[in-house]
Amino acid sequence: MTDASGTFQLRRDRRKAFGAFMAGFFFLATVFGLLVLIALLVDVAVQAAPWLNVEFLTQMPSRLPERAGIWPAIVGSLWVMGLTGLIAVPLGVASAIYLEEYATEGWFLQTIQVNIANLAGVPSVIYGILGLAIFVRFVALGSSVMAGAMTLGLLVLPIIIISTQEALRGIPSGMREAAFALGATRSQVIWSHVLPSAAPGILTGVILSLSRAIGETAPLIMVGAAGMVMAPNSVLDPFTVLPIQIFNWTARPQDEFRGLAAAAIVVLMILLFAMNLSAILLRNYFEGKRAGD
Amino acid sequence: MTDPTSTSEAPVSESAVDPAAASAASKGSRTGETLHANVFDSPKERVIRYALGACALVSILTTLGIAAVLVVESAAFFQEVSIGEFLGSTQWTPQFADKHFGIWPLIAGTVLITVISALVSMPLGLASAIYLSAYAPVWLRKWLKPGIELLAGVPTVVYGYFALTFVTPLLQTALPHVAPVFYEAYAFVLRLLPFVSPPTEPWTGDLGVFNALSAGIVVGIMVIPMVASLSEDAIQAVPRSLWNGAYALGATKLEVVMRVVVPSAFSGIVASFILALSRAIGETMIVTLAAGATPKLTLDPTESIQTMTAFIVQMGKGDIAQSTIEYKSLFAVGLVLFLITLGMNILANRIVARYQDKY
Repeated sequence: MTDASGTFQLRRDRRKAFGAFMAGFFFLATVFGLLVLIALLVDVAVQAAPWLNVEFLTQMPSRLPERAGIWPAIVGSLWVMGLTGLIAVPLGVASAIYLEEYATEGWFLQTIQVNIANLAGVPSVIYGILGLAIFVRFVALGSSVMAGAMTLGLLVLPIIIISTQEALRGIPSGMREAAFALGATRSQVIWSHVLPSAAPGILTGVILSLSRAIGETAPLIMVGAAGMVMAPNSVLDPFTVLPIQIFNWTARPQDEFRGLAAAAIVVLMILLFAMNLSAILLRNYFEGKRAGD
Repeated sequence: MTDPTSTSEAPVSESAVDPAAASAASKGSRTGETLHANVFDSPKERVIRYALGACALVSILTTLGIAAVLVVESAAFFQEVSIGEFLGSTQWTPQFADKHFGIWPLIAGTVLITVISALVSMPLGLASAIYLSAYAPVWLRKWLKPGIELLAGVPTVVYGYFALTFVTPLLQTALPHVAPVFYEAYAFVLRLLPFVSPPTEPWTGDLGVFNALSAGIVVGIMVIPMVASLSEDAIQAVPRSLWNGAYALGATKLEVVMRVVVPSAFSGIVASFILALSRAIGETMIVTLAAGATPKLTLDPTESIQTMTAFIVQMGKGDIAQSTIEYKSLFAVGLVLFLITLGMNILANRIVARYQDKY
């Protein structure tokens, strides 16, 4: 009897010890990703430090590392991102409204939903092939800001649709019914009630999808964004963006250009951080506002 | 639809546009239906509905566009290169004088990267999901979860830079120290097996500037957040009663998690693994920068290789004339890449849909 309970005690202690050991492993695995992120940021910051200055931000790219700057890339990134937003946001939000507020259950809705889910998983370089064949060559936009933005627009479209759908689903149907009861038409209900309430959620999705667009490289390489160009003045001008500049500099063997790449990464990461932070702040602001009502 | 208004309204508005039903109806209900028609089916409302519907069609057109471009351009490629050569040859040398278009070296490179990344992302991602859903206290979870998601927000070109300038030098320093141990263990196992001769040259752990190992590891790190968040969703979907039942039988937390919760969430976890593989197959910038551009039929992770995606970028980067066979081969490789990732995504989405129905 005492022997049996002794064995039980021993086995229970072992099971508990093994449990504690595995808990430690799970914790370390979780923290590992964060450690890598910190290593990445520190590595980039250290490499970038000697190169980051005002001239770097305001000058043209150059074959001489000491004179190289990223002004055209910054302007190009902002152009492409803005235009991508102008193309993808109305299309994406309208698609989501149709799917959530209008479409009725059936094969058509099912097909579109499955299609969007699958599009979200298509490798970005494939969108680049699409952009190259359709926008650059077939529509003959050339390697222009417009071709790049249309390619990225299609790339982020599924993300915007999915996040907008989630935002719309979060609106209680009582709100719609109340508006219908007052005699509003469907479009009035959507425009005056559903969209304003869903706006914070939609906006968060939009910002996150644009921060995806600003970091994309492969599709724009395919579209033909070049390294050495002036800042674009119109949507049909050739262009470069920050990730392309980073790619070109990283691919060079000289250490100086790696330093420049690191400096450009710092600029890109700051831009991304600002966008993500604004998404979080917007969400918190609107959530606080709604809670205060 | 999830929105109850649209389901309840749909049949009514349908009968409102049906003239036979409208004329057959009595006067009282007819005014009601006219009202309905005005609210839901006035010309203005109809235009809005069709316009929104047209926007929703853009996503379908995108898919059709991708498929059409890949199929049409690949067809032109296969007029010059036979499918037998494409799937039968083991050499991929589109830019040599003696051109060969056997896709297997590119597939081997892609598989190598995918396997290495899976060895990193699957255990670490699943462990993170388990820690976040079962172990982490609320306050810590609030910090760790967004922290891991930050990893997903880092642009892939930045990961490429990191692989080339940080991970590769790190491995170049570390591998020669661990290489002899690995080699001895490997040779020992091979000596035990019949018919297999141990490798003739000892493995030194020398690593080139471009290698599959470093790129694969970094691709794996990039995919961790995806595995972690999808697996966590699957684990959270396991009913609380299953956890409590196992606890009531005297199981420790680890036993509850590993023997009850993870098996119950298995299909969702598998779906996250498949999506992670698909993402690794489609990953482009990390492998372009860090894995090299030498298509090679090898499974040695220390060698420079080329993946399908890296080849596509290499072709897209240069100014190759549109009519050349090298340019057309880009689309054939793109088609293979598209079909593989699409198949895996469809599979994973099906699995997710199934487990969502289950609980």
